[in-house]
Amino acid sequence: MIELNPMIIFVAAIFTNNMIFSNFLGMCSYIAVSKEIPTSMGLGQAVTFVLACTSVINYLIYYYILVPLNLEFLRFIIFIVSIAAFVQLLEMLLERYLPNLYYALGIFLPLITVNCAILGVSLFMIIRNYTFLQSFAFSVGAGIGWTLAIVALAGIRQRIKLDSVPAGLRGSGIALITTGLMALAFMGFSGIVQIQ
Amino acid sequence: MNSIFISTLTFTIMSAVFALLLTIADRTVNNYGEVKLTINEEKEFVVKGGSSLLSTLIDEKIFIPSACGGKGTCGYCKVKVPDGGGPTLATELPFMSKEELESHTRLSCQCKVKQDIKIQIPDALFNVQEYDAVVDKIVDLTDIIKLVRFQLPEGAEINFKPGQYVQLKAPIYEGNDEEVYRAYSIASSPTYKNYLELVIGYVPLGVATTYVHRHLQIGDKVYINGPFGDFYYQDNDREMIMVATGTGAAPILSLLNYMNENDIKRKCTFYFGARRPKDLFLLDYYKKLEETMYDFKFIPTLSGLTEEDIWSGEVGRVDKAIDKFVENGEKKEAYLCGGAPMIDSIVKLLNAKGIPDELIYYDKF
Repeated sequence: MIELNPMIIFVAAIFTNNMIFSNFLGMCSYIAVSKEIPTSMGLGQAVTFVLACTSVINYLIYYYILVPLNLEFLRFIIFIVSIAAFVQLLEMLLERYLPNLYYALGIFLPLITVNCAILGVSLFMIIRNYTFLQSFAFSVGAGIGWTLAIVALAGIRQRIKLDSVPAGLRGSGIALITTGLMALAFMGFSGIVQIQ
Repeated sequence: MNSIFISTLTFTIMSAVFALLLTIADRTVNNYGEVKLTINEEKEFVVKGGSSLLSTLIDEKIFIPSACGGKGTCGYCKVKVPDGGGPTLATELPFMSKEELESHTRLSCQCKVKQDIKIQIPDALFNVQEYDAVVDKIVDLTDIIKLVRFQLPEGAEINFKPGQYVQLKAPIYEGNDEEVYRAYSIASSPTYKNYLELVIGYVPLGVATTYVHRHLQIGDKVYINGPFGDFYYQDNDREMIMVATGTGAAPILSLLNYMNENDIKRKCTFYFGARRPKDLFLLDYYKKLEETMYDFKFIPTLSGLTEEDIWSGEVGRVDKAIDKFVENGEKKEAYLCGGAPMIDSIVKLLNAKGIPDELIYYDKF
């Protein structure tokens, strides 16, 4: 594969290969927690933080344990377990040592365990054969891109609340249509960089 | 064969490593050492920090009402925490009114004990104890309602006001993998402090009701704690209107037993709503009470009669019977127990009849 600068991957993960708008990953909490900007911002920060940490852990597990043992196929189950364990551990550490951050992230931390964008990033970095630095840049970029998407949707939804939406489309319906339109708009970025 | 072995082994070892890490973290990071718990500025306990306020209090034999077992879904375990509780969590906000937020009320199952903490609870909760009782009588009142008598251990006493409730612990059984507490009003009279009678209806898929109806046998040991609740007999000379549907008859029975035994001379009328004649129970007992009590009348009313039913009493929902027999609300007070829609509509009706909210006592479930 072509040697991509980690910075390029970082920018691409935010705009052109946005987790939400081009991969539609992590949709559950994206729709559920995008009613207000402050809460969506909190969740976005938590996702970014967990993404950055778990991609490093999963990178090490994959290349230093699974590959030498020829057990690459176990990556799905192992990644899920490591993400779940890490989030638990992080919750305890934050509660003890950074209570302010803990109260700010609050209930979002446990929610992240089942956010498929996290597992998605870990799997993409394996599938795309990223190096360690590339993986890290990709995961941070993906987190920021996810945050950008959820905060943008929250901003739009706060305004949609004031509009008269047809009854059947209120709530998640209009949010999904909005997401589709935003995804179209994000296609405008595709000229900047391309990664695959 | 070899690859199966290696992959299983690898996965097991890695899971074990994660589990070990979490256990170590739980012992070290989550260990807040010994902290001081002060209740109502008078009682002090030295407790181990790190778990929820609710379970810490249970360890000290102080029982806060809680129906969901600490999952933060019932909202019953509210406690005032003026100092040391930390900020209110997002999980608690849906249960809190503005006044409660300002008075630092917390859900004790969500509030973690991490430092010296001060809390305020009603003094009545000190009276709450846990009993290991034995089932000594089960009577089928209807095909879905049972009356169960629990014998407390010898010498143990429970002091409650007629109308209050206790919590029954449903253990782990086949089809249920967690212990939960469920609240049931006491039907027996407070005169007898050594046993309790509960009226328990069967709710499809209900954890505790399935346990009682399908698994509980005479001689079984159960855990009960109580008494709780601010729905109880008020001592005055107003005429009493009692209204219940289904198992809501339990606290009313306790009230009636109490008044009967103490020969209280108050006029009272009990309106009981059900669907069909087969849903009525203890009719002979009410008849006996009508004879022995000062001025008591039992008025059952049925709302789901079919053609095969023979019935000459009142027809329709309880509202209709009350509307018919209660002319005005002067010098009357009401005791209601049943489902929320029934209570809401009866409260509205009684208000219209002139009984103010503060003279209507109810227990919604």
